[in-house]
Amino acid sequence: MNARLRYVLRLADTSLVLGQRLGEWVGHAPALEEDLGLANIALDLLGQARMLLTYAGEMEGRGRSEDDLAMGRDQSDFLNFALVEQPNGDFGRTIVRQLLIDAFQLELYEALQRSSDARLGEIAAKALKETRYHFRYSAGWVVRLGDGTEESHRRVQSALDELWRFTRELFAEDDIDREMVAAGVAPSLAELQPRWSARIDEVLQEATLARPADAPYSWFGKRGEHTEHLGYLLAEMQFLHRAYPGATW
Amino acid sequence: MWRVLEEVQDPEIPVLSIVDLGIVRHVEWRDDGRLHVGITPTYSGCPATEVIRSLIEHALSRAGFADAVLDNVLSPPWTSDWLTEEGKQKLRAFGIAPPAESVSSVRRLFGAPTVVPCPKCGSRATERVSEFGSTPCKAHYRCTVCLEPFDYFKCI
Repeated sequence: MNARLRYVLRLADTSLVLGQRLGEWVGHAPALEEDLGLANIALDLLGQARMLLTYAGEMEGRGRSEDDLAMGRDQSDFLNFALVEQPNGDFGRTIVRQLLIDAFQLELYEALQRSSDARLGEIAAKALKETRYHFRYSAGWVVRLGDGTEESHRRVQSALDELWRFTRELFAEDDIDREMVAAGVAPSLAELQPRWSARIDEVLQEATLARPADAPYSWFGKRGEHTEHLGYLLAEMQFLHRAYPGATW
Repeated sequence: MWRVLEEVQDPEIPVLSIVDLGIVRHVEWRDDGRLHVGITPTYSGCPATEVIRSLIEHALSRAGFADAVLDNVLSPPWTSDWLTEEGKQKLRAFGIAPPAESVSSVRRLFGAPTVVPCPKCGSRATERVSEFGSTPCKAHYRCTVCLEPFDYFKCI
């Protein structure tokens, strides 16, 4: 599988898996507004995943559609960041996970607009506008919960402490990243990191939350090495499609 | 041809046609001898996109263009600035506040808060309930004068 295809699948799978996670909140969020908010973000992510998977399928040239790629691949073929497959936990934990990835996608899509790959640039320009809304939402809630009651502060701080180690993968450059940077397709992760970091620090400060220390990290979702949580998520997401292959409404 | 398209309504906001919404990008005869209609999605995940496609196909085939080709256009991306003036008036009459300003305005660039006038009583004393409303393109607001809750068509 060529580097560009793998790179596009990393972006696509990250949006798809996160969208599926957020979808688990539908009907269960703490208030109707948050139910709608999380569902809307999930929908944007699903839309982004569809555009990216369609592109990946065309690039692969084996006639696989967005659905074939989403529903017919197994865990080790998924190349999303391990961060986004982590369970929702409480609302605070979901929001912390969202902030960490929103700030990353914001910087990434901003830079990807100038990609040498025109198709990817178009998709990024579209996704960027939506991601700005997502970031405003997640950052707003992290501030409210962090600088809220003792209980809400304790919960989001502990979610942050737990999820922080997964952010290492976002900036761990490997051969595929380097090849994409060299081809002018993707921005250098070393350049994105300080911008992401400054953005996160600003929110954490306002939220009176402490930035955790960097910790050792051993999962590389973007190479197909996942935590145990992804398998369960895929089992639920793919069940119908696999039980009734090719079924349509 | 545009008149045929003007009769295709947005399934979520039936007072708006797809032309008012600004999602029709081109209508032209191409070298392949077929009519090409270019449409662009509002939000990437907007569930209405596919319904709109089939409504357009239906309208075109009823008008005698069964072999028209629908092109998906991504760039430049749709923004609320594509909404026509007529579309904004129709929204207001329907009880949905139209986008308050252009996405490229300087005020917005500097993060000044946007005032969204109430579509019922015109009061400027309104408050945002949620960034996300009943569809991806709308936010949820409330008027503090007439107390009417209403949808606001977001600037994006």
